[in-house]
Amino acid sequence: MITRTRLAAGACALLAALAAGMAFPAGAVADETGATAPKVDLVLDVSGSMRARDIDGQSRMAAAKQAFNEVLDATPEEVQLGIRTLGADYPGDDRRTGCKDTAQLYPVGPLDRTEAKAAVATLAPTGWTPIGPALLKAADDLDGGEGSKRIVLISDGEDTCAPLDPCEVAREIAAKGIGLTIDTLGLVPNTKMRQQLSCIAEATGGTFTSVEHTDELADKVNQLVDRAADPVVTPVATTGADQCAKAPELESGLYTDREEFGQQRWYRVDVPDGYELRASVSVSADRAVNPSYGLLLRAVTEKGREIVRGEAAGNGRTDVVSTGLRYPRAKLESGDGALPPESVCLQVTHSFAPAGGVQTTPGLPLELTIDVVGGPSESGDVASFGLGRGWWLLGALILTGFLAGLVWGWLSRWRVAVWRTN
Amino acid sequence: MRITGVLSAAALMLGLTVTPAVADSSPSPSASENGGAPTEAGTSFRTATEIEQGQTAIASASTGDYLYWSFPADAGQRPTVKATVKLPDTHAAQTWQIDVYDGLRRRQACQYGAQTRTAGADAASVDLTCVLRTVRAWSEPWADDPLPGTYYIRLTVLDPPTSDLGLPVDAEVRVDSEDTGGAAAVDGSLAHPLVPGAGAISQSGEDEYTKDQLLASLEPSGGWASGWWSDRWVWTAIGGALAALAGVGGYALTRGAGRPSRVPPSA
Repeated sequence: MITRTRLAAGACALLAALAAGMAFPAGAVADETGATAPKVDLVLDVSGSMRARDIDGQSRMAAAKQAFNEVLDATPEEVQLGIRTLGADYPGDDRRTGCKDTAQLYPVGPLDRTEAKAAVATLAPTGWTPIGPALLKAADDLDGGEGSKRIVLISDGEDTCAPLDPCEVAREIAAKGIGLTIDTLGLVPNTKMRQQLSCIAEATGGTFTSVEHTDELADKVNQLVDRAADPVVTPVATTGADQCAKAPELESGLYTDREEFGQQRWYRVDVPDGYELRASVSVSADRAVNPSYGLLLRAVTEKGREIVRGEAAGNGRTDVVSTGLRYPRAKLESGDGALPPESVCLQVTHSFAPAGGVQTTPGLPLELTIDVVGGPSESGDVASFGLGRGWWLLGALILTGFLAGLVWGWLSRWRVAVWRTN
Repeated sequence: MRITGVLSAAALMLGLTVTPAVADSSPSPSASENGGAPTEAGTSFRTATEIEQGQTAIASASTGDYLYWSFPADAGQRPTVKATVKLPDTHAAQTWQIDVYDGLRRRQACQYGAQTRTAGADAASVDLTCVLRTVRAWSEPWADDPLPGTYYIRLTVLDPPTSDLGLPVDAEVRVDSEDTGGAAAVDGSLAHPLVPGAGAISQSGEDEYTKDQLLASLEPSGGWASGWWSDRWVWTAIGGALAALAGVGGYALTRGAGRPSRVPPSA
């Protein structure tokens, strides 16, 4: 019985210790979100080819108009929606003029559904397909504000304004702003168009959809607008250094950066005594890269000793390669108060290689999450509290108990015998 | 599992306080079929759609998209991720894959299950499964053992032919867990599960988890297990009791009759 009381007392003590260890420390808060409205710019191709009557028996333009009406009805209140056209105004043959033909049909802002619908109704298929310039302008439309930004490009033909590669334009736009995504929809696309539009989407972490029916178009655009309205944590832009000493100091939060091929990025985090550093990093492949790649995240002391590393490698098609690490800093019992926070350097290197003919700048998008949380309660044994489990344990305990009983019995018999002889 | 029930009952009789903990160790998946289950999927770690275990989440997407979901998994669970992709009417042969990442975005190995599968040109759908390792309450920082926290699922096609890019597909994912019980109970525990964004929360001292601050806000139904309970307590306690009984038995066997009755007490 004494054994059991002790066990229970021990359990209580452990519980108390655990509960005490779980109390969260208070400190500064890094608020990463600005409560600003999400912005969406719908970019519609109004080039001459939109006259083709191959979507459910009606022309592509008519299908797009019908879908736009449905989308404008279903747009959530909080979304600021704008509409931009490309190839809507210049019917001529001059390439230079045709390739500048993009106009803002409805400005990005609080949506007046009737006005927007009236504006859409005026459209008639006209000119060229200057996707690149239209994307650049659309990015300007969305400028400002902290909310998520999304460009939805609806096109029925590939860009006719080479040499400006819309793919590279998309990458540059993504590199300039934070949280800007371009989704592309191809109306009855051919092979070349699929490649181009999916390349644009990939460059910004967006999606490409091929559309062959009117209802598909409305559903998809609605889905994308709703996606823009979803609350999401906006990362903070930072720029890592090429060595630890110059690295920017980061707190708990979500960060983005760009890392070029062959570059390394360093960041620093202060980890107080008894706290745990959690860091994860993902590098996105926003352009064509060679099929084998890797990512290495190292936590290094200021003196250069590696503490722990996270590694990831892969091959084949991917959007991102990611890894992470944990570094629990042991709580040291020092006589004179708490130790100062330890400055931990984080080194990020990736081994993506650009596929042939792909621009190497800007760098690949890098996303970094840093969490400094309370340290874990360390493990003193493999099993939970050193407790046992299973039939072998029961057998061993019974056997030990029985043997102890036997010995105790013999001892007492021997004592009785001694007592009797005396 | 039956033996655990019997042992738990025994533990109750022994006077151990089990009631709050038993609820912790067996999070029951919600029974509702698609009642309030998500109908969208995210497109990156940051925008991953959160699903509960036991929920069937659906999403419509395009071939070539990367679809992300996240779910919470607690210590002692062995999650099984199942995904079904309904392919368009006409398509070429495609290989689909699910990858599972933990809260630190480290790729987690699948013990078994068809993680990657190729659907022929005539297949209407493709089924994928990934059985993860058992989630442990603690591991060394140098190991990538699964820890309690958020897990990410990524579903994508590996080799989309250009002709199939952008074609509509429907995806369905579901996560169920087997509870491994005390067999997986290890010593030590994390102060906070591996939920991305936990740092900002633990600094502000708030318990209010919002999507604004956390990248993942879902918890297992019943909350995260406190980590101290496992059926090892029951086993050990019963072992102790049986040992005591066996001790009494052994003592009774060898003690003899004790003080002879014919000896007068005053002798």
